Amino acid sequence: MATQGTDIIDIPGQRVPVVGERTKRRSLRPGSWQGYLFILPNLLGFAIFTLLPLAFALAVSFADWDVISGIDGIDWIGFGNFTELVRDANFWGSARNTLVYVGFSVPLTTAAGLGVAMALNGPIPGRTILRLVFFIPFITNTVAIGAVWLLLYHPRYSPLNGGLRNLGIENPPAWLASSDWAMPALVIIAVWAGAGYASIIYLAALQDISPDLYDAANLDGASSWERFKSITLPLLTPTTFFLLVTGFIGASQSFGLINLMTEGGPGRATTVLSYYVYQNGFEFYRFGYAAALSWVMFAGVLLLTLFLWRVQRRMVHYE
Amino acid sequence: MVAIAPPRSRWPRRGRGESKSEVMDRGTKVRWAVITLLMWAIALLFIAPFAWMIVSSLKREIDVFRLPIRWIPEPVTWGNYVEVWTGNYPLTKYIGNSLIVAVARVVGELFTASLAAYAFARMEFRGRNAIFVLYVATLIIPHQMLLVPRFILYREIGIYDTLWALILPGIFTVFGTFLLRQFFLTIPRDLSDAARVDGATEFQIYSRIILPLAKPALASLAILAFVWSWNDYETPLVMLTTEANFTVPLGLTRYIDEGGGFSAALIMAGAVSSVLPVIIVFLLLQRQFIAALARSGLKG
Repeated sequence: MATQGTDIIDIPGQRVPVVGERTKRRSLRPGSWQGYLFILPNLLGFAIFTLLPLAFALAVSFADWDVISGIDGIDWIGFGNFTELVRDANFWGSARNTLVYVGFSVPLTTAAGLGVAMALNGPIPGRTILRLVFFIPFITNTVAIGAVWLLLYHPRYSPLNGGLRNLGIENPPAWLASSDWAMPALVIIAVWAGAGYASIIYLAALQDISPDLYDAANLDGASSWERFKSITLPLLTPTTFFLLVTGFIGASQSFGLINLMTEGGPGRATTVLSYYVYQNGFEFYRFGYAAALSWVMFAGVLLLTLFLWRVQRRMVHYE
Repeated sequence: MVAIAPPRSRWPRRGRGESKSEVMDRGTKVRWAVITLLMWAIALLFIAPFAWMIVSSLKREIDVFRLPIRWIPEPVTWGNYVEVWTGNYPLTKYIGNSLIVAVARVVGELFTASLAAYAFARMEFRGRNAIFVLYVATLIIPHQMLLVPRFILYREIGIYDTLWALILPGIFTVFGTFLLRQFFLTIPRDLSDAARVDGATEFQIYSRIILPLAKPALASLAILAFVWSWNDYETPLVMLTTEANFTVPLGLTRYIDEGGGFSAALIMAGAVSSVLPVIIVFLLLQRQFIAALARSGLKG
């Protein structure tokens, strides 16, 4: 009977591998122009909605411009925005806030995801339900998350603090109303919302690790901590690297929750760079300055990514 | 002959030792019992905000903040749902908009991304790799950088404050192209080579051989694109001002920043309504959903 492959297409006779086929394939065949036809729809949209705006963002970062005065109102000021940025205390403040937010939320989310994945990979009753429970916050939209936590952190009626008082904590934090606690409050939400995703990525990676490795370690008399440290963790480093990098990129860009919950406050306690860019663009209408800020942000993310890339090249164990 | 297995380059998926790892001694059993209890406790903490949201949505406004928290509403009030679905800021309208945007985005993205991915993965043309590198490089560009120029562009071409402002950029994504390309690369070359020998055109190979084989990847992309579109808050925040065009997340904010006079019970009813469709999609397609995330993650 026919095999699966021949069901789909009729192969005339047995194909014999031809020596040098590889090099032949590489050369440009007639009709290779068809490739452009295939990418054209996507490329066109990509050029209009991504490349063109990027070029514009580059140009306008050298200008002083608000949208009200129209294209004629563009005032070219060279590196003016960038020199202003260096002297802007609010820029440095929001850069610092970004580092704090990203630096805490991403590693904590990743670690929590690893913990959950390790547990759910074991013989736990109700794993499917648990997986769903941890995952639900991740598929919940920002506004619903913001709404729930705004009420949970409510300055007067906070049910969360009601619970904490029941546990014997006399003076629970004022959360979003306190400039010391607003940032931790946001980090808590980020970990809550992201741990389920990280755990799913980790679970997929854990299932790729051969049980033979653990059996070999067992024969050696390794403790479970030793097995985790010398088998699991090293084999998970590509996953960890992926989660950290995408986490850093994602967390440094999000401003929806901050816009909903704190509007950068109290004071400037939760004004991160992404929110500062949004403010400059759509509240102060300083489009040029917003563009300059976002280029600096991009440079920062790029540097961090390259740095992590170098670290992982030394650390990551690819099979 | 008992020997410790030497490191091998390829491990069988199910090794002979698997039965061994299922046998647990007493200590291990106790440890797992403790871990189970701990995980369920943490899970309760995790689900608590969500449970509180559902419970509050069924309470009367005056009961929402009453302490200690009553986890069973008394009386059960459905009025909040009636209000958010049909009241001044009707979710039915926003849900309609969200559905239009999500469906248009998914269909459009599957079309343009699969075509481009086919070319990048399985065709050869001058500049292919250069264009692909350009694509991937834009993946790490901060979203903020595009906000202002897109805002201006949309005003110029007349799609600002319309649903097109959400749909169009979602159709031409780098992520979708990248995800599908990675999958197309794994389909054996021989299949398309044989069809080529038989005189099939590239488009026939794409539509009759590759697309049917790529169903799991296409499903993955569709699920992710739908959920992202449904949950997107930042794009509509910048691009929409007319309330009739609001999608669900933006419509929900109507219940939050109503000049201090907000109603906690109404917000919670709205929040539950906004999350429910996504949870249903997740429950129905759980396996595919998780495969989609794993795929977008590990092959990245």
